Amino acid sequence: MLLKTDIHRAGYDGLDILQDIRFELPPGRIMAVIGPNGSGKTTLIRALSGVLPRVQGSMRVNGTDLLAASEKERARLLAVVPQSTHIPPAFSVEEVVLLGRTPHLNWLGNTSGEDLQNAEEAMRRADILDLRDRLCGELSAGERQRVILARALAQDTPVLLMDEPTSHLDLQYQVAFLTLARELALEGDKTVLAAMHDLNLAALFGDVVLALNGGKAVASGLTDEILTAEKVEEIYGLPVAVLDAPGGGQRVIIPQLPANPAG
Amino acid sequence: MRKSSTPRHLNSPVKTLARPLLLTTALALLLAVLSVGVGAVNIPPGQALAVLWDALRGVPPASGGGDILRVILVDLRLPRTLLMALTGAALAASGAAYQGLFRNPLADPYLIGAASGAGLGAVAAISLDWPSSALGYLAVPLASFATAIITVLIVYRMARVGNTLPVTNLILAGVALSSFATALTSFLMINASGELRRALVWLLGGSTLSGWKPVIGQLPYTLIGCAVLLAMSYRLNVLQFGDEQAQQLGLNARRSRTVVVAAATLATASAVAFSGIIGFAGLIVPHILRRIWGGDMRRLMPLSIAGGAALLLAADILSRVILAPQELPVGIITALAGAPFFLAILRRTKKGRW
Repeated sequence: MLLKTDIHRAGYDGLDILQDIRFELPPGRIMAVIGPNGSGKTTLIRALSGVLPRVQGSMRVNGTDLLAASEKERARLLAVVPQSTHIPPAFSVEEVVLLGRTPHLNWLGNTSGEDLQNAEEAMRRADILDLRDRLCGELSAGERQRVILARALAQDTPVLLMDEPTSHLDLQYQVAFLTLARELALEGDKTVLAAMHDLNLAALFGDVVLALNGGKAVASGLTDEILTAEKVEEIYGLPVAVLDAPGGGQRVIIPQLPANPAG
Repeated sequence: MRKSSTPRHLNSPVKTLARPLLLTTALALLLAVLSVGVGAVNIPPGQALAVLWDALRGVPPASGGGDILRVILVDLRLPRTLLMALTGAALAASGAAYQGLFRNPLADPYLIGAASGAGLGAVAAISLDWPSSALGYLAVPLASFATAIITVLIVYRMARVGNTLPVTNLILAGVALSSFATALTSFLMINASGELRRALVWLLGGSTLSGWKPVIGQLPYTLIGCAVLLAMSYRLNVLQFGDEQAQQLGLNARRSRTVVVAAATLATASAVAFSGIIGFAGLIVPHILRRIWGGDMRRLMPLSIAGGAALLLAADILSRVILAPQELPVGIITALAGAPFFLAILRRTKKGRW
């Protein structure tokens, strides 16, 4: 599956947020979308998932035109893990995960054994099987985020869009989450696009990086080529240092604070 | 490792629905039998059933007052019982739908203005003397529906802030529109004269029109409204996550929402058209049921239909017993029970615990 995007303009009525964003993402790849707050990361995900009111250009998954597709067709191609999510508190974890099967169900929403198995497998991967009967209102923010991930996995789509997927997670779950994303990309041939504000995680998990600023793509390419000191400084307007982590193979990006004149 | 190889079909809502539905339906039936018996002339349930059974088989009434009993039961009690059951079912179903749709435990056909809006249409239609024909009886709920849907749309537009629908806005807009509709309704009622005015007194809270015609006038609309809401209950589950997530899960959110609003408002209009404005029934029933059996609409909707019938039948029985032989309007009973309930929910909502 191939995610091919060529957005000329996108946004709300009378307000353009995104301009000239062009990329292609082959299957099995993870793209980290980075950029300062307000640069359009979330808007890009909303555009791709069909909930932005106005998009000019073209967005395709494996040749299917997302702009012409129905909600159902789109939801069979892309699943979304949104950033902050309203979950009705009276729903159980399993009920929420099963809702991921919505685009595969008939109009009455009758679930089959296959759907239940799918949901079960998704819960297993997101490590929430032991929460399945709990009500969502009782969960922590991090647990809720994993529930939504499981829902997106149950949706069983070639493309997975994640908006700041690790923002409510502890360190071990950040890594678990992203390791899972990597597994999905490698084994399941899923295409993963994740908006990330943590550059170190982006460096760790992104095969490719798309950098946005002011709603425009300012850089894109292989992670090693984009997450360099000069490029990051350019994108964020802040001097940074890029270091190699001890043990090698992993890079660490840290902001350079101005020297304290008093000290 | 868990026994994950056997997916728990037990968890499917159809399986877990059977017992609660049986319970609520049995309760409703029991209350219906009681309701047929209670009134100025008390008829024991057994005798009432026997008389009705004879009437159904066409056996001539027993001598010595048997014919009077039959008239009371067949022409007065039975239609009233059915009307109350239908009305309760319609109000609770639409309450459950509004609550799910607006993601708000306080949304109810009364509080968001749908009921008052429906009342206006019904009174207008009745003051034009539509019910003078059988077709007219079928037309009254349509007039109710027209004014009710306009009211709901205005309330929704006024209350909405961007993509959210704050509780207070919804209730305030509902109250404002309700008052406006009620004022217009009062104007029409005062303008009416004689027979009509008496017919309109129902609006003050459910001294129902008697006889079979209102039942026949209401029945099709209640059935359509409830059937559509039942069919939409899975989509209502998805819609509770908000339009954006619903769309990302593959639902045409706008279209689904439109269908739900129309069906819920039709059910409300059918309830109000001949039974007047009965507050809080649509609030209490889904709320209690949700607390017992959870928020899955595929369960909540059928349970609300049965539970709503039960609640209104109970309220109707009370209304005939408390000051017997005088009858109280049903709306008084539901309001007495419902208003404190409303305040309790409001407290919980403020704590964000829905």
